[in-house]
Amino acid sequence: MKGVRHYPGFLAITVLCLVVLYAPLLVIMAYSFNGSTSITTWGGLSLHWYVDVFTGAEAARFGQAAWNSLTIAVIAATASTAIATAAAVAMIRGGTFRGKRATFALINMPLMVPEIVTAVATLIFFAMIGLTTGYLTILIAHVTFCIPFAYLPIAARLQGIEGHYEQAARDLYASRWQAFRLILLPLMAPGVVSGYLLAFIISLDDFIITNFVKGAGMETLPTAIFGSVKQGIKPNIMAISTLMLVVSILFVALSYLINRKGRRSP
Amino acid sequence: MAGMVPDQTPATSGDGYRRVVGPLLLPTWAMIGIFLVVPVALMAVYSFLTKEFRGGVDWQFSLAAYDQFFLNRGLFGDEPPVMEWTYITIFWRSIWQAAVATALCLAIGFPTAWFIATRPANTRGIWLFLITIPYWVNLLIRTVSLKFLIRDNGPLNEALMGAGLIDGPLPLVNTNLAVQLGLFYSYLPFMVLPVYAAVERYNFAYSEAAADLYASRWVTLREIVLPIVKPGIVAGCLLVFIPSLGAFLAPDLLGGAKTFMIGSLIDEQFKGSLGNWPFGAAVSMILMTLVMIALLVYARSTAKGGAA
Repeated sequence: MKGVRHYPGFLAITVLCLVVLYAPLLVIMAYSFNGSTSITTWGGLSLHWYVDVFTGAEAARFGQAAWNSLTIAVIAATASTAIATAAAVAMIRGGTFRGKRATFALINMPLMVPEIVTAVATLIFFAMIGLTTGYLTILIAHVTFCIPFAYLPIAARLQGIEGHYEQAARDLYASRWQAFRLILLPLMAPGVVSGYLLAFIISLDDFIITNFVKGAGMETLPTAIFGSVKQGIKPNIMAISTLMLVVSILFVALSYLINRKGRRSP
Repeated sequence: MAGMVPDQTPATSGDGYRRVVGPLLLPTWAMIGIFLVVPVALMAVYSFLTKEFRGGVDWQFSLAAYDQFFLNRGLFGDEPPVMEWTYITIFWRSIWQAAVATALCLAIGFPTAWFIATRPANTRGIWLFLITIPYWVNLLIRTVSLKFLIRDNGPLNEALMGAGLIDGPLPLVNTNLAVQLGLFYSYLPFMVLPVYAAVERYNFAYSEAAADLYASRWVTLREIVLPIVKPGIVAGCLLVFIPSLGAFLAPDLLGGAKTFMIGSLIDEQFKGSLGNWPFGAAVSMILMTLVMIALLVYARSTAKGGAA
């Protein structure tokens, strides 16, 4: 009986929802190919602004910012994924232990505290211990807030793997480390990769916390873009935005495919 | 298991890593403990310190930050204190903006989630994927894109004027509506996903039973469906409301002086020599307290729902 599932107008609202979500992105992508120097008039298709991104007056500044963003995202994602993998194994395979609930709350804390509050607290902390704000402070903050994002897909994956496989390995005299490395880790790999990609995107995406702990003269791509759009939206920003947009979508598609493939195997 | 070396007793499925739990969790405890728990505690301390003029603090206990937030003692601080409304108004405005954004998300998000959950199982993933993609695009870029689209001589106004629907451009940027739209646009997927999860678990036999008893679609929705999927709706509302409350980018880029929200108020206290660190810490404490209250109320309600 199809009737009870159908509500008139819900399809229209879903379409509206998708239009609202995609219209701004499509518009900015379209205008990034604008040949005109003005953002308001359309001057025909051109790759002018993409050339400008790599060779124009601001190329060096944005290039440095992109390099900072990328290296911070790679290091932060790697560190937080390693930390979160260890934590997930302990939380899911460690049985019951004292402080488990508290640890769970701790892992989720970066998601509970409003981002701007984390930003303020982190800045105060670094000022207090006398650590000069810059690359290192951004990195520390990113590793910290990426942990729950890496943890969630890893723990979800681990929860779906039954204990028989490791048990069989242990019955066959594998050491605990061998059982982990040769059995559990390959089984949980899709979750680990998902967690890594998620942490990577979250790090690349962050503006508020980075803006607080970056210090003078240090820029990541979001803070550089923010500084630039404060003076008005220029076409080169649209080209940079489009490039970042494509990178993000590639990563999410990759994470989605890996997860789907992982779900088919045990 | 006779004849096994004691050290190599097979791991039971649940607690094979029981003995190494400590070392495995140590990095997590260290990172989040040192770089989040300690900083938040320190922020609480800072909110009770004296402001230093170059930005920073003097280690002198003071209630000045909270006093500034709640009380007005006149220009020279010598008048009898009366209630100070400036900051409470900013909080109230933020709560209102976040509430409107949440309502918008629910109005669009619920039908969308319902529609997706009632698709055949093999296409649901694609629909969900379509909804989540924009979330993974940088929030700053999404907000800038929205601003570009709705600005006075932007594509939206041009299209509306071209179609003859309006005579002059709609002044959308720098209004409350723009900020609400921005928040709605930022967090819409947070509403769709939990509502979808709730609707997907819903047993449509209830709707069929109601239909058999001559209940109309909308009566069924209101009386049967909504009470059952309520936990998903509440979770979605919380996931939109909380980040909206402390949002910085949407109000800063899409709003103006009249739409000043908590995020900008806090941000201002830490920028340059005009800042006031203890006051910024105090405002952050008040914001965090509000969020924690909302989360506690939510935890209470789900605990009750689980027991019933």
